[in-house]
Amino acid sequence: MATMAGGQTRAYAGSRVWQAILEWLTTVDHKKIGIMYIISAGVFGLVGMAFSLVLRTELAETGTILSGETYNQLFTMHGSIMIFLFLLPIGAGFMNYAMPLQIGALDMAFPRINALSFWIFLFGGVLIASSFAFDGGSAYAGWTAYPPITGNTGGNIEPPGVGMDMWLIGVILLGQASIFGSVNFLVTIFKLRAPGMTMWRLPLFTWTTLVTALLILLATPVLAGALILSFVDRNGAGGAFFDPANGGQPLLWQNLFWFYSHPAVYIMILPAMGVVSEVISVFSRKPVFGYRSMVLALVGIGLLGFIVWAHHMFTTGGVFLPFFMGATFLIAVPTGVKMFNWIATMFRGSNIYPTAMLFSIGFLMLFLIGGITGVFHAAVPVDFALHDTYFVVGHFHYTMSIAATFGLLAACYFWFPKMFGRFMNEGLGKIHFWSLFIGVNIIFFTQLLLGLDGMPRRINDYADNPGWELMNQITTVGAFLAAAGMMVFLFNVVHSMFWGEKASDDPWEGTTLEWATTSPPPPHNFDELPEVRSERPLFDRRWAAQLAEDDHHHGGGAKTPSPAAKRED
Amino acid sequence: MASQTLPVKRVHPIRSFLVGEEPMTTGLWGVVFFLFTEVMFFSGLIAAMLALHSDTPIWEPTNGGHRMEGAEFRPIFFTIALVSTSLPMQYAAFAIRKGNRKGMVIAALLVVVIGTAFILNQGFEWMEAEFAISDGPYAATFYVLTGFHGAHVIGGIVLIFALALRGMLGHFDAKRNTMVEAATLYWHFVGFLWLLVLFPLVFFLE
Repeated sequence: MATMAGGQTRAYAGSRVWQAILEWLTTVDHKKIGIMYIISAGVFGLVGMAFSLVLRTELAETGTILSGETYNQLFTMHGSIMIFLFLLPIGAGFMNYAMPLQIGALDMAFPRINALSFWIFLFGGVLIASSFAFDGGSAYAGWTAYPPITGNTGGNIEPPGVGMDMWLIGVILLGQASIFGSVNFLVTIFKLRAPGMTMWRLPLFTWTTLVTALLILLATPVLAGALILSFVDRNGAGGAFFDPANGGQPLLWQNLFWFYSHPAVYIMILPAMGVVSEVISVFSRKPVFGYRSMVLALVGIGLLGFIVWAHHMFTTGGVFLPFFMGATFLIAVPTGVKMFNWIATMFRGSNIYPTAMLFSIGFLMLFLIGGITGVFHAAVPVDFALHDTYFVVGHFHYTMSIAATFGLLAACYFWFPKMFGRFMNEGLGKIHFWSLFIGVNIIFFTQLLLGLDGMPRRINDYADNPGWELMNQITTVGAFLAAAGMMVFLFNVVHSMFWGEKASDDPWEGTTLEWATTSPPPPHNFDELPEVRSERPLFDRRWAAQLAEDDHHHGGGAKTPSPAAKRED
Repeated sequence: MASQTLPVKRVHPIRSFLVGEEPMTTGLWGVVFFLFTEVMFFSGLIAAMLALHSDTPIWEPTNGGHRMEGAEFRPIFFTIALVSTSLPMQYAAFAIRKGNRKGMVIAALLVVVIGTAFILNQGFEWMEAEFAISDGPYAATFYVLTGFHGAHVIGGIVLIFALALRGMLGHFDAKRNTMVEAATLYWHFVGFLWLLVLFPLVFFLE
């Protein structure tokens, strides 16, 4: 190439860039698809965060800057984007990237369907996000899209425009992508495990992938049906399903919607829990405490997730309160098991604290506050008082939004060296962690207090009650602090991707199979697989090497501690 | 030596009937999981129908039009016709497991013909109906349930017709027949969903 004339070399370089782009666009490699999921979900997440900053600016003082209609559109799109286009797909991205590596598979069971899932997701996401550009703006009925606000009949004075239809179709497409993805995950885990990788040896992140996929498999089709009914209601049936004006039932939508959307909060939080289990175990230098109880708790959360949906509808008067209250309280049991297991894993470990570990510990703290406020809501009398206040907003942001985000950020710092062969910058990472951690606690703890004081959610202006303006201003300052932290993160990602410190194949001394291959892995994932004899095959390999070395130095096994004494499990 | 045979791994007779003696391929596993999503999808729609039914005093179109006129004979006939196609479809699977590609193609074409007749009848019923989709909960659920089931039947017909064409081109044999097995499972699902759940609910729920 060096002998070519300048023009020809440039042409060659250009075609190489073109080829690289084409390779990414047409790839069926689970690692590339996973990275594409993570990056596109991250971009959507930044858009959603920008919306939240606009909302916080509006709420910083009494009086309005935005019209009520614009405010409604912005909070609707903030919620929809963060849930459907950020948390769900970014979880899917990490599961896509890490799960096949963790079980020692070459790829997913259906690589082309995997690519199809991604492209359907992207199309649906763009459809939802672009609805602002159309007549009547985007959907404004909240991410829960309760009819008859969504409808164009009956009592709805200002029916939403075509943006609502785009929202409905977009979410149906995202659901389709999820369903294809879940079938793919399940078949991959059941059929493509490496020799020796029994179910009780699956890494905990893979277990969370399995349970998450089952939740998607059984819950998402019901949402798809409900969305289709809502779409038919708006375009032909005239409200026969959900609008009382034509014989429909608004509560029917709420039941169908929450039958999906309660499991969906576990679909969002479980991958984060899986990541945290891996990260805490690796950086405490201990096996995770109570591996089997972790798995059973996970399955328990998944099962309970299907029988508690109506706790979102306590105040409607249309649900059987004692059952749903009791079932909701029960969720605290498996969640508590996981919490104590994580703490017990760190207890008396040889802990080290890189950024991934900080984010995991941050996850525990945020999830604890979110979980405890969740138990408040499970009690029906308390829920009657707090329903639709900022207490609810604070609660669900603490659990499924921010805690899940912390878990996924931990995943990002943890697996970045595997993805790109380079570390993320630890100094910037710590700035990111502390600004985000302090920022989100300022935002959402203040919102809990505001909610206890009775401030309703989903309003663009509020009464000049004592303390409300100050607390709202504090919240807004926290929001901008957290956003500044995310900008540091963004810089760190882009910078580290190209100029970060080079990482070895197993930079963290990991325990699961993804650290047995090169960083980044070859397209076929593994040149050779280590033997799998426990849920921590790489620890076993390191330990065997250590024993062999000790033998060599001491000329016998006399001073060698027995494996059983060191293994602790 | 002739009397000695290698031990044969026994599979459950129901499993052997549905998907054969060979280990299930990843593709077939995928279809089984996909059918779970279909079950949940229709469960949601049926739950919606029953919830609406329980709170609607008169389960009829609100425009005064009658429910399906002459609803006794024709729908029952075509329901039986649709479900009976499970037999040729299962025969197609049996045939290709033995490597009988010609039998598979003929059975699949028979399924396509009868399935098309079912869909045409459904289309006529839509045209003859005395109510539109906007005429209250009964009318809306009628069109949505028959519509989504019809869409699944059409999807199945296209799939099975493609199988027949591929069979004519010489695709599939005793070893490579995942698509045929998958289409058979799907077709059983579509037929029995109609016979056991949708047809009684749509036509006979008072």
